[in-house]
Amino acid sequence: MKLTVQDLNSHYGPAHILFDIGFEVGEGEVVALLGRNGAGKSTTFRSIVGLVAQRTGRITFEGKDVSAKPTHEIVRDGLGYVPEERRIFTDLTVEENLEVGRQPKRPNAPHWTREKLFALFPNLGEMKNRPGGRMSGGEQQMLTIARTLMGNPSLVLLDEPSEGLSPKIVEQMVDAILTMKKEGVSIVVSEQNLHFARLISDRAYIIERGRICFGGTMAELDARPDIRDAHLSL
Amino acid sequence: MAFYVVQFLTGLASAASLFLVASGLSIIFGVTRIVNFAHGAFYMIGAYIAFTLTERLSGAFGFWGSIVLAALAVAVIGVIVEMVLLRRIYHAPELFQLLATFGLTLMVEDLVVLIWGPDDLVGRRAPGFRGAIDFFGQNIPSYDLFLIVLGPVVLGILWLLFQRTRWGVLVRAATQDRDMVAALGVNQKWLFTSVFAVGVFLAALGGALQIPRDAVHHAMDLRIIVEVFVVVVIGGLGSITGAFVAAVLVSELNAFGILIFPKISIILVFLVMAVVLIVRPWGLFGKPEAAARKTPGLTVNPWRPLTSNERLMALAALAVAASLPLFAGNYLLTVGSEIAIFVIFAVSLHFLMSVGGLASFGHAAYFGLGAYGVAFLAKMAGLPMIVCLLLGPLLGCMGAAVFGFFAVQLSGVYFAMLTLAFAQIVWSIAFQWVSVTGGDNGILGIWPEKWAASPSHFYWLSLGVAALVTIALRMMVFSPFGYALRATRDSLLRSEAVGINAKRIQWTAFVIAGTTAGIGGALFAYLKGSVFPDNLGISLSVDALVMVLLGGVETVSGAVIGAIVYKALNIWLVSQTDLSKLVLGGFIMLIVVVFPKGIVGMLEMLAQRRRKSSPPGSPLLAKPIESAE
Repeated sequence: MKLTVQDLNSHYGPAHILFDIGFEVGEGEVVALLGRNGAGKSTTFRSIVGLVAQRTGRITFEGKDVSAKPTHEIVRDGLGYVPEERRIFTDLTVEENLEVGRQPKRPNAPHWTREKLFALFPNLGEMKNRPGGRMSGGEQQMLTIARTLMGNPSLVLLDEPSEGLSPKIVEQMVDAILTMKKEGVSIVVSEQNLHFARLISDRAYIIERGRICFGGTMAELDARPDIRDAHLSL
Repeated sequence: MAFYVVQFLTGLASAASLFLVASGLSIIFGVTRIVNFAHGAFYMIGAYIAFTLTERLSGAFGFWGSIVLAALAVAVIGVIVEMVLLRRIYHAPELFQLLATFGLTLMVEDLVVLIWGPDDLVGRRAPGFRGAIDFFGQNIPSYDLFLIVLGPVVLGILWLLFQRTRWGVLVRAATQDRDMVAALGVNQKWLFTSVFAVGVFLAALGGALQIPRDAVHHAMDLRIIVEVFVVVVIGGLGSITGAFVAAVLVSELNAFGILIFPKISIILVFLVMAVVLIVRPWGLFGKPEAAARKTPGLTVNPWRPLTSNERLMALAALAVAASLPLFAGNYLLTVGSEIAIFVIFAVSLHFLMSVGGLASFGHAAYFGLGAYGVAFLAKMAGLPMIVCLLLGPLLGCMGAAVFGFFAVQLSGVYFAMLTLAFAQIVWSIAFQWVSVTGGDNGILGIWPEKWAASPSHFYWLSLGVAALVTIALRMMVFSPFGYALRATRDSLLRSEAVGINAKRIQWTAFVIAGTTAGIGGALFAYLKGSVFPDNLGISLSVDALVMVLLGGVETVSGAVIGAIVYKALNIWLVSQTDLSKLVLGGFIMLIVVVFPKGIVGMLEMLAQRRRKSSPPGSPLLAKPIESAE
């Protein structure tokens, strides 16, 4: 297994947010973490990379326990994280944003260069020197993904990549994610949008109120409209 | 004309050191969000070490080598401080780091005297820049010309460092979003340490370069730190260019202020700063600060009124305090009165700072205004004591009303700096308007009337007022006004969205806090029998901050304990040792590291832990991530 999460519990102060979360991601797999707003998707990701201070449980990445490591070490092990709110550095240019993400080559992961990323996201190549703050939402979303890829991760946590984007950009996003998959990057993508998830994912987990309540292939999920309606539809 | 040109050049030369120190402070603040109060101390150590080295090493290489070596040595000290002290407290409430670096400053002030003695030291002239250049009959020291060139050169080097190196890019990224930088695999610990080292290096270099111009002495840290704060705020926090422009501006204001407005030369700089902050709240070259990215759920237990048991305990404590005159002598009672007065002062700042989220760096202004109010009424109008005590604080109230109106337009560090500027203006007026305030000689002979003259009576009076004020402010915390004020603190936007007039609420809080401080000041005038400009000076404002932080910012009434502990310790240490600052500074740093939530905050935490033996998620509680917010 590429990534295994077991019995993950997280708290924000006195509030208990995640309850015994567990899921697995295989080598080269794209796994969707589906759930409504506030279900705990982002907190799950933040907990995995160590950005939530109060968490317990076991997180194994490439066979090694990373649950006690600080964020930057987890990321350096090859576990990339693309946050939900994009969080690009608005004062820095596109190239500088990419520079922040740059990490050395990794033997078990595809190697990304600026050129390769500009080929993947042509828009970015056209605005190398533009400050991040003066880009559209879609361009910013591409930049966050490109920035994380500069770290040559072997697995990427993608937090709601389609949120707030126009259908055309969403299409580009689907292409980009499929390219990443083809290159051999394992991906966990959190989504509210089942349609988007279906286009890219092999398997899916459904999270609701901080608990995993379903896990299976996309076909298995499609065979259970009751689950879909109970946990995903608005 | 030539005279003015020379004056201008002197100003430019002074700007060089100021710029070095200010840019260091700005860089450190940008990344670590630490307002490094010890920056002036590093500047001072730089000067002292450079002095010693230049005395030992001879020749031109010896001199310039000494300057650089001194700055490097201080940078190493800075790294040690960062790793040993600051790393432990990045998670502490905002401003707590300020307290730690303040403690460090106190220690350094005593250490410097221990090592180098109390006398001014006059350093060597710089080889190659000993002479002066004649300019239409006026002399310009050639060293000044060297400094004038150095400033822009350093600016250029820093610019290259930040724009053209990976380190610079990382630093700029971290200035904006530290967590995200960590989430991209950058070890923030070392980034912070390196940033701190660079900042301290610049400060020490600034100090070392001063030795051919100025005598080295043990109070140079406080003088520069205030100016540097002003520069950084005028220029805009985090902007190196801004620091440069502002350093030039401030230095020229100093150079020409003396000539053009000799009467208000001291306040000129602060006036300009106040105007800049009002017109452009984020400084000339700064950017409006993005709303701080607060990790949800990190604030501690919700505040609650005292339970009846706790009320009884507080009453019992008050009764014990009130029984002090039964067994204590006059000296102890006077100390007791002073502590009670400082409790009033501390709770007033605490109200503004903890309940309102507005950390004032110039709260002593209102304390001092209250004291001067009493002095005017008692000495000039000859009013009876009780009237003076009631009306005197109104001067503090008025001051707070005027300054507060402008100050609450800002927030965060900028608010702190504007309040500092206002306090400095008030101080300068008290200092320079000799005909009314007596200037440095103060106003003497304000003695209490017979009914309050004995130490025990005065003690009871002070204690009574302190208790009343504390209770009143506490009640206010749990009143609708208190809820509204806390709402503006926790989320300005949301509070406005539910119909709270945030600025007005904050202004009201400012006036309440200022008036309360004035009450303390009024009593203080009677306790001491005199009023001096120091009663509204910076060090008193800092004392108030320390008391609040020591007690615990996130508590409802921690300031009471903070004031008692700090003041008692302070008075006791001064009577016991010549090295009171060293001990006090060490004590403050210890408290900061051991009780990062303040004394009362710590006690509350312990009490809560006892209440439920296993807090949620504790068994395997992951270590807090050092780098996260």
